[in-house]
Amino acid sequence: MSKQLHVFVENRPGRLEVITENLRKANIDIRAFAIQDRGDFGLMKLLVDKPQDAYLSLADLGCACALKDVLAVSVPDKPGNLHNLLSALSKNGINIIDAHGFVLQPSKTGICILEIENLAQSNAQQVVEKTGFEVLDDSKIYNL
Amino acid sequence: MIWNEEFECMPAAEMKKLQSERLKKLASYVYSNCPIYRDKFDKIGIKPDSIRTIDDIQKLPFTTKIDMRDNYPYGLFSADQKVVKEIHVSSGTTGNPTLVGYTKDDIKLWGEVMARSLACAGAEPGDTVQNAYGYGLFTGGLGVHYGALEMGLRVIPMSSGQTQRQLKIMQDFKPKLITCTPSYALYMAEEAKDMGIDPKNGNWKIGVFGAEPWTEKMRGEIEAAWNMLATDIYGLSEIIGPGVAQECPHKDGLHIYSDVFYPEIIDPDSGEPVKEGQDGELVITTLTKQAIPLIRYRTRDVVSIQYEKCKCGRTSPRISKIKGRTDDMIVVRGINVFPSQIEHVLLGIDGTEPHYQIIVDRQQHQLDEVEVLVEVNSKIFSDEVKKLEALKRKIQKEISVVLSISAKISLVEPKTIERSMGKAKRVIDKRQM
Repeated sequence: MSKQLHVFVENRPGRLEVITENLRKANIDIRAFAIQDRGDFGLMKLLVDKPQDAYLSLADLGCACALKDVLAVSVPDKPGNLHNLLSALSKNGINIIDAHGFVLQPSKTGICILEIENLAQSNAQQVVEKTGFEVLDDSKIYNL
Repeated sequence: MIWNEEFECMPAAEMKKLQSERLKKLASYVYSNCPIYRDKFDKIGIKPDSIRTIDDIQKLPFTTKIDMRDNYPYGLFSADQKVVKEIHVSSGTTGNPTLVGYTKDDIKLWGEVMARSLACAGAEPGDTVQNAYGYGLFTGGLGVHYGALEMGLRVIPMSSGQTQRQLKIMQDFKPKLITCTPSYALYMAEEAKDMGIDPKNGNWKIGVFGAEPWTEKMRGEIEAAWNMLATDIYGLSEIIGPGVAQECPHKDGLHIYSDVFYPEIIDPDSGEPVKEGQDGELVITTLTKQAIPLIRYRTRDVVSIQYEKCKCGRTSPRISKIKGRTDDMIVVRGINVFPSQIEHVLLGIDGTEPHYQIIVDRQQHQLDEVEVLVEVNSKIFSDEVKKLEALKRKIQKEISVVLSISAKISLVEPKTIERSMGKAKRVIDKRQM
């Protein structure tokens, strides 16, 4: 299962910079990131090449952070594809807590990072694969 | 007017005699009726009959809020619950609240001292008072109410809040007196302007303001805004509620009714009395109360005292405005808040004690706002925003249950709350008073 690093950040100038600076020092390569904003605070969600190292570098600093299992799905960049993926999940009663996506150039592959409710207990991975999408394993996602 | 000249203007020697008689009675009353006091007396080897004059009071042990908490609910009562006719509950430091009770005679005493207070502020029988202190478990509302009835005022039991209605009632019934917290008086002036009422032409002529600390600057603002006389009233529920001391129109200290509430000013560290005029902690002995009489109760309020006869004719000693606290209690919108209560709430959330900070602020002519910053440590951190928001709501709800105040909760990053000497500074009071 792929790991995404979640970091608690206050919504004020300079707070994200502290995170990126420390990841730079730890020589961590950020593959993708997203921010979930809730007014005063938010969660920064990072996909990195060495999740465990990244986690330790921030946790040592005293940051409130955690590694979370996510589903990284390869979605070929074509109209309707995201819809196909999402409808398969919804038909199976699988709830997405949060998600973000990005497109890799030049291969034109879309990557969709899905936070699934009760991921470990759900059959989300099988559903996704049965629908015809590839779930990227650790080595693939960290070395995009 | 002076409501009770006999006691309020009593010559010093006579007063001392009266206080001595009352203290003697009190010492033997609590010794025979309250096991907690009997233990306290026995521990330091003092018997009631060694109390002969009021000066012997220094031989007696102090009573603290901790005593009230530890002996909750009835331990400090000297009267049977059958003769207790009313109880009030206020917040304690942690855990148990503070319970106070009144016999029929205690209620009568409360009415008497509140009548003295209202008259001291300038009320005359037949006047109308708009009472905007909260009615209920808070002693403010009913205390003023009993006093108003005792002195023959017409009382409008408004309770707190509902500002527009307060102003309409003011215009319709033209009460001479308003009783509320001083910050609410300023707030209402702003609201009045918004409603197109010029507060300078307001009907209130005398304000009896208390339940929170305030300054001469605030007095100036209130008097200018409302074109009224703003007086200070002091009280605390442990002693009786409002009506322990009150300013007369000379505004030169609050007359404390020392025939029933005997004041001492002590050095909070040594417990020794300080010289007249010096700042110290106010300690009060309730000389005549029955249900829950208190001996040398440590109010934690810092004041000074003067014994000189006032221009108004009263001989009762006068205490200064509250100059501070000897503990970390803060007063927010008239409600006493101890940082330990908030700590207790946070501890209860997850069995962990995150660093926190309480910020109290008051915008110009607005009401107090409380913000609690809570550091998100690894124990309470969640990797889902939804859960963090739920945590925030939970903290807010619990604080409002325990303290009856609505606080803004802000989750902050670990190690962002300033720590001094290894311990975090718990309260930042930004209020301009």
